[in-house]
Amino acid sequence: MPDGFPRIDSVGLDGLLVRFGDRLDEAANRAALAFRAALEKQTPQGVEECSTSLVSAFVRFDPVAVAPEALTTALSQLLNTRDWYAEPLPDGRSFITIPTVYEEFYAPQLGEVAQLAGVSIDEAVTSISNSRVRVTAIGFAPGQPYLGALDPLWDIPRQSALTPQVPAGALVLAIRQLVLFTNAAPTGWRHVGQTAAPLFKLGAERPFLLRPGDEVQFVSVSAETFETMKAAGDGGVVREALT
Amino acid sequence: MTQTLQILSAGPGVTVQDSGRSGYLGQGLSRGGASDVQALHEGAALWRQPVGAALEMAGFGGRFSSDTPLRIALTGAPMRATLDGAPLIWNASHLMPAGSVLDIGGATQGCYGYLTIGGGLDLPVVLGAQSTHLVAGIGAPLCAGDQLPIGADHGDTVGRCLDVTPRWGGGVLRILPSLQTEVFPKEQRDRFVSSRFIRDTRGNRMGIRLVPEGDGFGLSIGGSILSEIIVPGDIQIPGDGAPYILMSECQTTGGYPRIGTVIPADMPRVAQTAAGAELRFAFVTRQEALAAEEGYRKQIAELPRKTRPLVRDPADIADLLSYTLISGAITGEEEP
Repeated sequence: MPDGFPRIDSVGLDGLLVRFGDRLDEAANRAALAFRAALEKQTPQGVEECSTSLVSAFVRFDPVAVAPEALTTALSQLLNTRDWYAEPLPDGRSFITIPTVYEEFYAPQLGEVAQLAGVSIDEAVTSISNSRVRVTAIGFAPGQPYLGALDPLWDIPRQSALTPQVPAGALVLAIRQLVLFTNAAPTGWRHVGQTAAPLFKLGAERPFLLRPGDEVQFVSVSAETFETMKAAGDGGVVREALT
Repeated sequence: MTQTLQILSAGPGVTVQDSGRSGYLGQGLSRGGASDVQALHEGAALWRQPVGAALEMAGFGGRFSSDTPLRIALTGAPMRATLDGAPLIWNASHLMPAGSVLDIGGATQGCYGYLTIGGGLDLPVVLGAQSTHLVAGIGAPLCAGDQLPIGADHGDTVGRCLDVTPRWGGGVLRILPSLQTEVFPKEQRDRFVSSRFIRDTRGNRMGIRLVPEGDGFGLSIGGSILSEIIVPGDIQIPGDGAPYILMSECQTTGGYPRIGTVIPADMPRVAQTAAGAELRFAFVTRQEALAAEEGYRKQIAELPRKTRPLVRDPADIADLLSYTLISGAITGEEEP
């Protein structure tokens, strides 16, 4: 358990944040997911909504219905019930393969990233596409995952300037993590692959493709295969239950 | 009989908005909903109906018509509005006869005007709300040719008005500390609350940019903050040092430092501060923020009782002579 954690902080008038660490760490991520799952099962009075980010669980509440001090006490009591850093991953996880094209036209910064990591482009593709990464958080935009952790080789910084826009489905990399973009967006991370994965699809039985705790592999496909899968609408995504 | 509101033309930012969708924050979907929730409540109050969905008009309205009579309420930022050419009073409810044309132009003050229809909008509920969420691609801005189904309208009262709190000119926003407030040096925090900011022209349902009168703000560790929860009202300081106040459709997580959070009771004023207006910030205690929230909710709850009959000034009635002025007594239909 990192020093000084877990800790509870206020977020505006109607939020509390339970933080399990101040840097991305596998155990702290698991703790945050498990704590949120426990909160969903036994929701304290006044709580309106919960979420997690990388190593924290957020609680939004009605500040008129419940005093933050009372809610903080309830959260502290729940924190004290067990060692959250030793909790297992959430139930009902999936392993999802997402076909990804790594050719230069679709992955304009893969060469730069390979150079920063000191490997060839082929080695970079082999390493990234064979990595089985975990969804550590969903956030920023609907269904948009943060995934990690990649091999230490990929501990490369964010760019100092923003790329004005990467397309929806762009796979970007920095600091041993990947993000897959739901919508076209500016980013400080480097664009290393392209997918056609429908991360958020209204009307679908499962509108959000991924959940925190799911595992993902960005398997390499040719540009032709990618275009065919993109045209089919599902991006060639395959889901398999993890037990 | 199916009633529809026909959109003959629309400004670029006319969307359907309600109180937003709760429960999807964990999936990266922010609550969204009306930028000025108070205006939504004011519209509902004029009908004495529960708060539902209305048309939110960013800066400019549009032209609307219907084959059946509709009851309309106009709230939020005052806009130039006419019905078949006759001026309409804002913050009031009116009858829109079948075939007439409602023309809503530019805002004369503030940013977001609201058109609430008696009976509400009969639109599908998507993930728990009728709101358009532009960032998520739920719904889209309305455009010419669109037809909106209107719910069954069981009321018949029109011609009520409401005196509203003006909130169009900026002013002092009350803020609470945010997750990174203490990370900012004291000099910056002090300077933040003593500075004046101008509401920039860059602003939308995601966030509003402010231009500081002097130097910008920021942290040298700005690039290394762990991506964490973001809530509407957060004042985020990106790389160029000009703060952004995040609005209802903001991203759900982010790594830019936040120097404070505007209290919910002041968010309608943030939304309605027009470009060029001046804003300042003052830290308040949790107790003060809570008292403000209770006051705000009380004021919202009292809105229906504050509506009163709209009395037209005869000087404003262009075709006064065409009115039958003495055709008898009061109808007795006036609400108690």
